[in-house]
Amino acid sequence: MRRKSLLDRVALLGHGAIEIVTILGRSGLFLVHALLGRGGIGGGFQLLIKQLYSVGVLSLAIIVVSGIFIGMVLSLQGFNILTKYGSEQAVGQMVALTLLRELGPVVTALLFAGRAGSALTAEIGNMKSTEQLSSLEMIGVDPLKYIVAPRLWAGFISLPLLSLIFNVVGIWGGSWVAIDWLGVYEGSFWANMQNSVSFTDDVANGVIKSIVFAFVVSWIAVFQGYDCEPTSEGISRATTKTVVYSSLAVLGLDFILTALMFGDF
Amino acid sequence: MSADNAYAIELKGVTFKRGTRSIFNNVDIQIPKGKVTGIMGPSGSGKTTLLRLMGAQLRPSHGEVWVNGQNLPNLSRSDLFDARKQMGVLFQSGALFTDLDVFENVAFPLRVHTELPEEMIRDIVLLKLQAVGLRGAIELMPDELSGGMKRRVALARAIALDPQVLMYDEPFVGQDPIAMGVLVRLIRLLNDALGITSVVVSHDLAETASIADYLYVVGDGQVLGQGSPQDLMNSDNPRLRQFMTGDPDGPVPFHYPAPDYREDLLGKR
Repeated sequence: MRRKSLLDRVALLGHGAIEIVTILGRSGLFLVHALLGRGGIGGGFQLLIKQLYSVGVLSLAIIVVSGIFIGMVLSLQGFNILTKYGSEQAVGQMVALTLLRELGPVVTALLFAGRAGSALTAEIGNMKSTEQLSSLEMIGVDPLKYIVAPRLWAGFISLPLLSLIFNVVGIWGGSWVAIDWLGVYEGSFWANMQNSVSFTDDVANGVIKSIVFAFVVSWIAVFQGYDCEPTSEGISRATTKTVVYSSLAVLGLDFILTALMFGDF
Repeated sequence: MSADNAYAIELKGVTFKRGTRSIFNNVDIQIPKGKVTGIMGPSGSGKTTLLRLMGAQLRPSHGEVWVNGQNLPNLSRSDLFDARKQMGVLFQSGALFTDLDVFENVAFPLRVHTELPEEMIRDIVLLKLQAVGLRGAIELMPDELSGGMKRRVALARAIALDPQVLMYDEPFVGQDPIAMGVLVRLIRLLNDALGITSVVVSHDLAETASIADYLYVVGDGQVLGQGSPQDLMNSDNPRLRQFMTGDPDGPVPFHYPAPDYREDLLGKR
């Protein structure tokens, strides 16, 4: 009896593995067709602009507000700790490095997955369930080109930009708390930041991180929408999956990228 | 190579499976060119699946699907999209693009596949909408239309490019008697005036029989019968007769396979 259940478990494991590989293969093909497939459609640029607006511009509010608050909190916490060692002048450096290297790309990607990623999944899933994707196919328009590609590109382009905006407003929020509220000397706040932040190590690495996150989050979001079961339950499951998978992928990749960039080996 | 030019669509030995369940088993169907062909069958008999096979939105597990001289399952992705420009499909729900108004929905195929000037696109859209009686609705959004109106707009969109083959998925469902009468005449008229081939998938016997030149009745993954509506009415086949007369008792069960009713209610004794 026990032996059989062990076999069953192995079979179940194998089944799960095959399923994962199948989905990876399908999503890979999906991406290749959408980005590299032959035969674009007219008006592609306009479609991209429309998506940049709904994916990028409409995410601005949440990014800006979160950025300000996170910068303010960082500054406050940093000041409390650094002041014990008499080095509260370094709070500017701390805020800037934390935001540029880690929090900027990561938090922006998480917020983006929650705001824009879930919306993309729900939108495409709904198009699938109302036969709009089928109807595009039968009109002779590839939905991968017309629906999926502009949304993917909009995600790739807007997330890194949003992340930069997040960094800027975060640093501004931090400076406001440190300089105007806690009374850190303005000159040393900015000078310390300037001296310690390197463009290639900190700014560029942060941008690379957010480009990778943009790729992964947008891919997951559109694929989940396109691949979902066309029922209301299927769409809600796909939307949840988008947020969960994107968040996990972002956090996991962040560790790997950090290890590669700052790991010193 | 296509087998015969008299047929616009030809299914040869098509088998289609969903998982392990077989929906169609070695089915042969020929849709004659320039005629209205009805495909009928009880609910759940796979009529819509058949339509999707003809549009190559589903791939058969086995067999060939020839449309306008091309075996669709063998085409590359981009060739398939080119081939579909010659087909129009009217989906059950209409499937209008919800972010575009009625005018833009009908203009959509013209905008993506042609480089016509704006005035000409406008003229064509108005012509097509006039044909379905909705020229006055050009500024409405899809969510402002009733189900039947959506379907009529979708029909205008399906004929925007003057396709060679037009497929209708349950066109008569949810139409009031006036719209129904117009629609029945319209399908016939489009077919005869434009010389296109029409495939009407429906379970509305009277309407379909009234316009179809040729009928297929499908069920149990097979073609149960084929012929002119008159032939089928007079058929000796009991399964066919039951469907044509709408009799609940007969070889085609009304009930989905279930355990014994009495046992299900009272439990096993």
